[in-house]
Amino acid sequence: MREMTMIQAIHEAMKMALESDDRVMVLGEDVGKNGGVFRATEGLQAHFGPDRVVDTPLAESAIVGAAVGLAVAGMRPIAEIQFLGFIYEAMDQIAGQAARIRFRSGGQYSAPIVIRAPFGGGVRTPELHSDSLEALFLHTPGLKVVMPSNPRDAKGLLLAAVRDPDPVLYLEPLKLYRAFRGEVPEQWYEVPIGRAQVVIPGQDVTVIAWGPTVPVAVRAARSAQEAWGHSCEVIDLRTIAPMDTETLVASVEKTGRVVVVHEAVRSGGVGAEVAARLAESAFLSLAAPMVRVTGYDTPYPPPAIEDAWLPSVDRVVEAIHRVAAF
Amino acid sequence: MEVYRADEPKPLYRVLDEEGSPVGPVPDLAEDRLVGMYRGMVLARTFDERALNLQRQGRIGTYAPFSGQEAAQIGSFAVLEKDDWVFPSYRELAGLIYHGLPMERALLYSMGHPDGAKVPEDSRMFPVQIVIASQLLHAVGAGWACRLKGERSVAVSYFGDGATSEGDFHEALNLASVFSVPVVFFCQNNGWAISVPVSHQMRSATVAQRAVAYGIEGIRVDGNDVLAVYEGMLRAVDRARAGEGPTLVEAVTYRLGPHTTADDPTRYRDEEELKRWREQRDPIVRFRKFLEKRGIWSEEQERTEWERARRMVDEAVVRAESYPKADPSFAFEHVYALMTPDLSNQRDEWRARASRREGMQ
Repeated sequence: MREMTMIQAIHEAMKMALESDDRVMVLGEDVGKNGGVFRATEGLQAHFGPDRVVDTPLAESAIVGAAVGLAVAGMRPIAEIQFLGFIYEAMDQIAGQAARIRFRSGGQYSAPIVIRAPFGGGVRTPELHSDSLEALFLHTPGLKVVMPSNPRDAKGLLLAAVRDPDPVLYLEPLKLYRAFRGEVPEQWYEVPIGRAQVVIPGQDVTVIAWGPTVPVAVRAARSAQEAWGHSCEVIDLRTIAPMDTETLVASVEKTGRVVVVHEAVRSGGVGAEVAARLAESAFLSLAAPMVRVTGYDTPYPPPAIEDAWLPSVDRVVEAIHRVAAF
Repeated sequence: MEVYRADEPKPLYRVLDEEGSPVGPVPDLAEDRLVGMYRGMVLARTFDERALNLQRQGRIGTYAPFSGQEAAQIGSFAVLEKDDWVFPSYRELAGLIYHGLPMERALLYSMGHPDGAKVPEDSRMFPVQIVIASQLLHAVGAGWACRLKGERSVAVSYFGDGATSEGDFHEALNLASVFSVPVVFFCQNNGWAISVPVSHQMRSATVAQRAVAYGIEGIRVDGNDVLAVYEGMLRAVDRARAGEGPTLVEAVTYRLGPHTTADDPTRYRDEEELKRWREQRDPIVRFRKFLEKRGIWSEEQERTEWERARRMVDEAVVRAESYPKADPSFAFEHVYALMTPDLSNQRDEWRARASRREGMQ
């Protein structure tokens, strides 16, 4: 099978979505002529025309707010927020409007939109370009939050998001855009939203990660195996909301030990939700306190010090050993 | 150096003076349409006064009265067709009822019943918007979709003067202008955003002139003159249908009541100002005088009409108060198209509790 990068997989998914359904349109800042600042929409405007791939004014609330109206009136917009850190500008339109319209109208109206946003650190961006804000949206009923960690999932999850009848926030880890190539099927396929994936099966410790920290967790698991002989099961959550508790519980019932790895700040993060669910549903299977390896409770740091801030393979290996040796 | 300054404020566009005498060309509307608009205003005022009483009696919850703004609402909705998209704020019940929203639904909303936000299936009205100015962007999106799909429909968003300070107002006007979207931004400038007067909301002389900055057309009409509103709105809607893009319409009016039933306007509003608007500029009185002068309305009809409106509102109150109780499972059913496993577990948990409670009784 052919291999491609995550950004190529995302591009291919959007192209297929535009081809498959006239109602699909792409809108955002610089997505047209420029093809997106990361080239995710490269060539799409030339192919599908300026009515379907739209360069909007620089206005995040307008992009999402108009997408809500477009969707309600029958279109299927894929809106791009250029960097996740700028999404605060569109917070009302996402959390207060798109995510609520089905509920507010008793099911009469819905806003099936996809909001794409790159995020995540380790790529030396200016301020507010790297923040991981997924927890804000886990806390927003009515929204689905998807975070791919490899090219195959990136395409399949995006195609599932486009077909989803509800608003989906699709978060793209900047660092993984071109970090590696992976096998991506050519045809249309969907990776179901709401299901986690066991990336590596194991017996001793469950390591749970999503988005940019999945490769970190995988490397740490291998290293912990080599150094200490701990057999780690690595789970890629893939979807933050809805969360696949079942897969997590099944794994913890087997291993009894948990490490959660995410880039976002620790307090109130998605890791806290994961730990709470496991405490509720698998408490008696736990043989050690659960440990979180995360970003610290500070704003995302400047490039010169970000490596010290981000969850590293070392930190995860240490955590694995701590829970294994408890 | 050339500097830009706001134009001298344009005068209000008026068709009728306070005495109901034409001061400009009267729109060419059939007698029954004129009478229909008047009846809509009478029904709306009756509904509003009754709703206020119901709230004082504790029979409905918080309510945002619109008395004084009937002309702005009925005059503008009279231009709309069934297929046009309407994105209201929370103060457009007069217009929404005139456009086909059953009165009992409007009451159910204030009673906190989830069905209160439902609109007739064959309409394209949105449920009322609580956040200020968010709906302007929804109207831009919907109007944009109409254009892309080659539909004739237009989208209209309703909002107050306070909304013009919000970022979404500016983003909406700008976006709609850039893409020449068939949308009408209808501002009911009622003078007050809760306690803050419009003079403290903006330093522009008018709302309408803000259109100029976005390269679109602005219209300023007397919002208490139903025929002036109709004419202004007709121009805006016709332009949108003809592909000429968005229009900002400012209807200058006044809210005679409080912001909501939780508000006490005597803390911030001058008694004299209120008196002037109530006694000299009531939009219903002005239109009635016009109809009488035209010879198409009589004292007898006037009496009958208010009685009829009272009866209709009474019946709506009965329908609302005898409406089936809300089923709490509503909450779980409308979050996603398909209930998520978490929600379905939480619903089961709630159901189990509910049935245990019943068992105990």
